[in-house]
Parts: sequence; structure tokens; C-alpha cells
Amino acid sequence: MSAITTRLPAAAASTASAQQRKARANRRRRLTVLAFMSPWIIGFCAFVAYPMLASLYFSFTSYNLSSSPKWVGLSNYRLAFGHDPIFWTAVRNTVWLVCIAVPIKILIALGIGLFLVRVKRGSSFYRTIAYLPAMVPVVAAGLAFTYLLNADGPLNRILGFFHIPKPLWFTDPSWAKPGLSLMMFWAVGNTMVILLSSLLEVPKDLYEASSIDGAGPLRQFRRITIPMISPVLYFALLTGIIDGFQYFSQAYVISKTISPDGILGAPNNSTMFYGTWLYQQGYSYFNMGYAAALSWVLFIAILAVTLVLVRTQRRWVYYSGS
Amino acid sequence: MAVAVGAERTSVSGRIFRTPQGRRWQRFLTVVANHCVMIGICLALLLPFIFIISMALMPDKEALGNGLIPHHLDWGNFHRVLKLFPFWHYLLNSVLYSGLSIVGVLISSLPVAYALSRLKWRGREGVMLLVLATLMLPTAVTSVSLYSVYLNLGWIGSLKPLIVPNFFGDAFSIFLLRQFLRTIPEETTDAARIDGASEFGIMMRIVVPLTRPALVAVGLFTLVSTWNDFFTPLVYSGSNNKVWTLTVALSQFTTLQRGALYNLQMAGTLLFMAPIIVVFLLAQRTFVEGVTLTGAKG
Repeated sequence: MSAITTRLPAAAASTASAQQRKARANRRRRLTVLAFMSPWIIGFCAFVAYPMLASLYFSFTSYNLSSSPKWVGLSNYRLAFGHDPIFWTAVRNTVWLVCIAVPIKILIALGIGLFLVRVKRGSSFYRTIAYLPAMVPVVAAGLAFTYLLNADGPLNRILGFFHIPKPLWFTDPSWAKPGLSLMMFWAVGNTMVILLSSLLEVPKDLYEASSIDGAGPLRQFRRITIPMISPVLYFALLTGIIDGFQYFSQAYVISKTISPDGILGAPNNSTMFYGTWLYQQGYSYFNMGYAAALSWVLFIAILAVTLVLVRTQRRWVYYSGS
Repeated sequence: MAVAVGAERTSVSGRIFRTPQGRRWQRFLTVVANHCVMIGICLALLLPFIFIISMALMPDKEALGNGLIPHHLDWGNFHRVLKLFPFWHYLLNSVLYSGLSIVGVLISSLPVAYALSRLKWRGREGVMLLVLATLMLPTAVTSVSLYSVYLNLGWIGSLKPLIVPNFFGDAFSIFLLRQFLRTIPEETTDAARIDGASEFGIMMRIVVPLTRPALVAVGLFTLVSTWNDFFTPLVYSGSNNKVWTLTVALSQFTTLQRGALYNLQMAGTLLFMAPIIVVFLLAQRTFVEGVTLTGAKG
């Protein structure tokens, strides 16, 4: 009895000190995490969170950098949707790019991947060649394509050889976007590489089992290949759309090089994309308030498309894990 | 007799793919067909390079004409391009931008990736999602107000807006490193932790040597993305063309050199893309593996 009573306070003391030690260890662990995370925390606050909120505020003001922002309510947004014809031109051009060029690019990447996966010897050589154009800086590619696609350029000479009509590409408003798309297809390497790696990971025995059951190659492609690589197809589509919405550099270089006065969107606003128009408003005209509103509209559009894709992915993306 | 021979022939051709020899023959034909298609695709992708190089080597007289392949090679074009605009100066800016950014991204992203994969704490997965979410953020939504911040700091027209943000973690690099760090088994660091080593010591002495391939990949990706970057240097250089990088200088090439022929334009383009192509050919394995690590297993 006395032994217990004498032992109790000691035990209590030891648990108390253990608790203290644990609390101290916990605090130190938390501080360690904080220290390791600090570059990102500072970066997130200074280069993401604050600028986002500031541009949200600017979007409700009239601001040209030289004087302080003046509150104008919703008029920037009203201007964009109601009274700015070029805004809608830019939206149409961007939607064209995202709905036509981006899916074709993914199909091309898939096509190359499907052949590449069946080649055993020399596949790494082919892969290197197919990836190479993706390494070319967009500005260099842009300058190169103004030469490759000029009226008497190499591509038109080839088309002429086969007696195919020769478009004027970047100088013809209805052919400028297809020209830009060709440039996008040339740099198909990044998409191709991720699709190829997922094609290589499809288990071989799935094909063997289904061919015993009498499935032909087309059926195998639809029922095995497509579902197995659907997560990567989904990833390619998502990143393709997000990049497509922000398309800027290529269009800038092409119109600066083609048009005699370096007018953006040349010819005739056919290459005026959302990103180009935003750049023009913000950094040529310094309508910072309007540019901020345009950037928030873009952000919300990207967010909406991403959410729709994430919400519907269960319907058409197959995850073997779950 | 003649009929019999004909009948025999058809039966042979009908059976040809069923014999073991025939099946081998069929397999051989498929392999050849696949290679033909791949060679065709590769040629189509290489053709632009061939035309660019041919044009870059054409003398002025031929560049004005309609030829695609030069009759005389004029290597002097490269020399003329270097004298047309301050190439070396812009090259130095590009090298400074890329070099300092690589250092910044590496030293700031590694600890963050370490905390997001090797340390256990509440809210870790949520923060990881936030890091990934910033990848989807359009640059425009931050650049408008960052421009006014940099203007107030007096940074517009200098290289600072390009370099400084890279010292505060890069979302893509954090993600890539975290994907790699997760594959290192816990046991490798458990012993050191029991011995009382600090987390910083564990990261520097045990994890960094194991992570070298991923660190090289991050360095290469940063090199490519900064070398090719156009929007940031274009916007933040303001009106100061002394801080143009090669991308911006090249984009203004035809505006500055009205009437410059295609041969000089292509020579400049080649000089600019050559370093990055060489780096890629030397380190393509790392590139492809890095793309796969972030794309396929995301």
C-alpha cells in the first residue's frame, strides 16, 4: 500500500515529463515542417495569393499604372461581354484552337504511340526523333514556320508537286489558324511520350486472353487499349485545354513577323487569341484594370472546364486500382 | 496439267500463313510495315529541320530565288547574324536567367518536396493539392498585378522579375521531386533518425545522393523552360532592350531587321535552338523519364 502511494507521484511525474517531452518533440517537428515548407509558403503568398487578390481588386477599377486605381464596379466586365467585339473574336479563335487543334494533336500523338509500341528494335531511336521538335523553343519554331509556310515556301512546293491547292497560310485569315495548328502538331513529342509510356504498361496477357476469346484488333483497341490508357488520355486532354486557353507566344511571333507593322492578331484578327488580346490590353495599352478583368474571366473559364472534366471523369476514365 | 498446277498454287497461297514458316513470314512483313510507317513519320517530323538548315546555309542570291537546297554553302551567314544584333549580350542574359533559375529552383523545391513526402504532418495532402492547383493557374491572373508590384520595386527592366520568384519553390519541380522521393523506402532513413540525426542532415546526406537523377531532371526541365520562356522576359523587360533574352530578341528580329532574308532569319533560329537540342540529345533519357514520372503516374 505504501509502496503504491510512494510510487504513484513518481509515475505521475514521469508521465508528466514524458508528456512535456512529447509536446516539445511535437513542437520541434512542427517547426521542422514549417522550415522545410517556408520557401513555398513565402512564394505562394508573394507570387500567387497576393497577386491574385490584387488583380481581382484591379478588375473592378480603372488603372493605368501611372495614377492610382479608381473604383468602377462591374464596368470592365460589362465592357468585355457587351461592348468589345475583339473580345468575342479572341474567344472564338481560342475555342477553335481548343476544340479542333488540341484533340487532333492528341490523336496524332496516340497514332504515333500505337506504331511505336509495336516496333521492338530501334524504338528508342524513333522516339528521340519524334520528341525532337518538342524541344525547339516556340519563338524559334514560329520564325521557322513563317519560312516553311510562306507562299513559295517548302511546304507549298511539296503541295504543288502533288498538284494540291496551295494555301497562303499566315497571310490568309482563313488559313492562319490551321498554319498555327501545324506548328502545334509538329511539337507533338511531349504528349506522345506520356501516351507511349502508358501504352507500354498495358498488360500483355489482356490481349492474349481476348484473342483466345476471338476478339479482333479493332475490338481489342476499343475494349482494352482505350480503357487502360484513359487516365493518361484524360491528363493529356486536361493539360492540352489549359495550355490552349493561354495560347500566346506562337501567335505573337507569327503576327509580329508576318505583318508589316507588327500588328498582333494579323492577318485581320484571325490569330487574335484570348492571351494575345489580354497582352495587348495589359502591356501595350496599359489598361491594367481591363486586363485584370480579362485574366479573371480566363481563370474562371479554366476552373469551370477543369471542374467539369474532373466531375465527369468517372464516366469515361477507367482506373484499374478502384 | 496446267489446271492442276494452278490449283496447287492457290492452295499453297491459302495455306501459306498457317505453316510455321508462313507465320514467321507474316510476322516479318508486319515488322517491316511498322518500320516503314515509323520512318515515314520521322521523315515528316525531320523535314522542317532539313529545310531550316538548307535555308540557313544559302547565299543571298539563292535565298532570293526559289531553291530549297543550296548549291553553294555559305557558312558566313552565322557570322553575319552574330553581327546584326548584340547576340552575345542577349545570350548572356539567357544564360543568367537559366543558370540562376536552376540554382533557385533546386535549393527551394527540394526541402518542400521533402516535407511533402518524407515528413508526416496533418494537412500534408491538402497542401500538396494546393501546390498542384497552382500549376493550373493561368499566368495572366498573377502577372497583371505582379507587374505593378515589380514597377513599384523598380524591377521592371531588369532580370530580377525573371529570377527571384524561382527561389521560392516551383510547383512542377516540387511535384516531380515528391513523386521520386516517395519511391525511396522509409527504412533507408529510419536508422539515421533513430541515431538522432536532424531532418536537414538526413535530407542532405542520405536523400540527396539517392535523388540525383530526379534533381538532374528538374535542372534540365528548368533549363528548357527558362531558355524557351518568352512571355515573362517580354513583359517584364519593359522598354529596356538591354535585358532582352534571346527569345525576345529573336521575336523582334524581323521588326528590327526589315528586309532581312530568310537565310539570316533561319541562321539566327538555328543558333538559338542548337544548344537546347544538343542538351536534349545528350540527356534525352532523363527528359523522357521525367515526363513519364509526372505524366503517367500523376
